[in-house]
Amino acid sequence: MVSTTDRKLEFRDALREAMNEEMRQDDRIFLMGEEVAQYNGAYKVSKGMLDEFGPRRVVDSPISETAFSGLGVGAAMYGLRPIIEFMSWSFCLVAADQIINNAPKMLYMSGGQFGCPAVFRGNNGAGGQLGSTHSWCVESMFSQVPGLKIAIPATPRDAKGLLKTAIRDDDPVFNLESERMLGAGARGDKDFSRYLSGGRWAPPLPEDDADFTIPFGKAEIVKPGDDCTVVTFGRALHFALEAAEALEEEGIDCEVINMRTVRPLDMDTVIKSVRKTSYCVVVDQSWPFASIGSEVAKQTYDLALDDLDNKVIVVNNDDVPAPYAKHLEAAMLPHAKKVAEAIRAVTYNA
Amino acid sequence: MSTATDQPMSTKSTKSKQAPQAIRASDALSPQQKLDMLGRMMLIRRFEERCAQSYTQTKIGGFCHIYIGQEATAVGSIYALNQDDPIVTAYRDHGHALARGMDPNACMAEMYGKITGCAKGKGGSMHMFDKPNAMFGGHAIVGGQCPLGAGLGFAIQYNREDKVALCYLGDGALNQGAFHESMNIAAIWNLPVIYVLENNGYSMGTAIHRGTAGSDNMKAKADAYGMRYDECNGMDVMDTYDCFSRQVELTRGSTSKAQGFDQDKGGPCFINVVTDRYMGHSMSDPQKYRDKKVYDQMKKDGSIDPILRLVEDLIDTKQATQEQIDDLDNQAKQQAMEAVKFADESPDTPLEELFTDVYVNPFDPQHKKGEPNPDFA
Repeated sequence: MVSTTDRKLEFRDALREAMNEEMRQDDRIFLMGEEVAQYNGAYKVSKGMLDEFGPRRVVDSPISETAFSGLGVGAAMYGLRPIIEFMSWSFCLVAADQIINNAPKMLYMSGGQFGCPAVFRGNNGAGGQLGSTHSWCVESMFSQVPGLKIAIPATPRDAKGLLKTAIRDDDPVFNLESERMLGAGARGDKDFSRYLSGGRWAPPLPEDDADFTIPFGKAEIVKPGDDCTVVTFGRALHFALEAAEALEEEGIDCEVINMRTVRPLDMDTVIKSVRKTSYCVVVDQSWPFASIGSEVAKQTYDLALDDLDNKVIVVNNDDVPAPYAKHLEAAMLPHAKKVAEAIRAVTYNA
Repeated sequence: MSTATDQPMSTKSTKSKQAPQAIRASDALSPQQKLDMLGRMMLIRRFEERCAQSYTQTKIGGFCHIYIGQEATAVGSIYALNQDDPIVTAYRDHGHALARGMDPNACMAEMYGKITGCAKGKGGSMHMFDKPNAMFGGHAIVGGQCPLGAGLGFAIQYNREDKVALCYLGDGALNQGAFHESMNIAAIWNLPVIYVLENNGYSMGTAIHRGTAGSDNMKAKADAYGMRYDECNGMDVMDTYDCFSRQVELTRGSTSKAQGFDQDKGGPCFINVVTDRYMGHSMSDPQKYRDKKVYDQMKKDGSIDPILRLVEDLIDTKQATQEQIDDLDNQAKQQAMEAVKFADESPDTPLEELFTDVYVNPFDPQHKKGEPNPDFA
């Protein structure tokens, strides 16, 4: 496994690398979504793909989430392997019936005959002042549903490795990316916490590893530590790392774990860490009620109650619709200051 | 309470608005083929009668939507297809399942919740699936199957295959966004899919004129998307067969410039199949919204009932004898009875199957990889 110390690769480029590599190998894979082809992607994730693969495989859809999501499900049942892009996961709600009532249930209700090997991907989470209906963070809502797999990349390395695994997986996968992170990696190490420096945030060069994937259900210890387990995923990893940097100066040595997938959820790594540290904070950028954070806390209590020296603190978005004003939105997020406060509190350092 | 405007669909004019064909496809059918179609309709009729009976005996639970009255729609349309042309439909799917060649034993066992069911008892009445026979289900959310139909059409075109997908929907689905989005997407990409409106005039208890704007002008719905339109009498299996024969041929091999082909050729179609269901929306429907007696009488009326109509035609034109027809009906009754017996005697789905078929690649010990019923693998 090779890491590239001075690679400059944006999160969006890593997503594209994953799709390009898989599409070159398997003609059954196609990409469909709004503006993915001629516009080169609303967020430039699919830039150049139309030129390489042509309109048969990179398809501009009309603004019809129900139709193109369900089309993806139907095509997947027939044997193709669709990648369906939502310009934002906020728009997936329009397609709810297709993506959470059809895609995950097809295998079961057909008695194992028809699966749905489709990937649904797009931007997830708040932070661009896009207002309350454009700022959804859907993982907590959808993680309820048996039959789905949910991957949440936090770095360009995750972005490439998880998306390749998602595309190859025969089950429906929701790949929850982040609009705020798409440009991360343009300046290499400078865009990330020092704990990710040395190119640890980047996928290996294709010439060094042409088949780089990250398996589902394997969390990554991004920063080892002894004093407090910090469990997180997606953009919130960076809030957690920022907090960890500050707390190191206060003598609190956090162990920061990037879950990478929530369905499957790698509790083994979490529990092993909690047995070492005795304290746990979860950082989750969805709303508090019945969130992934709640689930991680519950499972931690189930599996390691005796190892905990305090309750599990979950840091979420505030329980409000996402506001427009920049300072309000920033305050709503589970930002580094909230995370640091939680870690101090849980370790009796407040 | 029925109103003057709530007439049964089969009593309304069902003249095709397209130019009549000089040569009808059904003219080329042999008496044996016509008897085959009759036999399929009879099997559906007798099977559905048994379903209704089993449901009242609480051997079938949940929802059970009976296809009686609409037999010609499934048989006439499917007979115009090749065996590998994929079909997808809504929850009133027993007719399509049987017309497609699914095993009545497996269908009944499915509804009885037995391991020998086509989905191992995990789907039920509304979810008949059969991979070898290209039956893509059985779907319960009204209109939810319309995008799936577009997906089948897209996949066929993507693979450069010469197939046609049929996506059946009821008149209730006309009011769902999913239908309109699917029609639009099928039209812009010239997909090889035919949207088949099984127009029985009721979405559950709501007569069509109360729920659907422009319900007396279905062509307008196709025109709205620049799509080909046709209509047929869904109580007349030969008229249905003729209509589908011509439209399936026009749709087969559809290409689209948008998908990288040289030209737009063929394209989707919207077919209004006017029919009647004799029973309620489902077994739980007391039919307070219409005069039940009118529909109970239909099966005795040779000018309406699809089976009786074909029987009378075959006998009048000396293409079959009463004896042959009675044999067919007895066979159908026999098959239906055997299906019930098979279902009754089959073992219940074991509890372990609760946790199979959730994932193709399960990631935890709780969920296990399941095997489909070997007849459907």
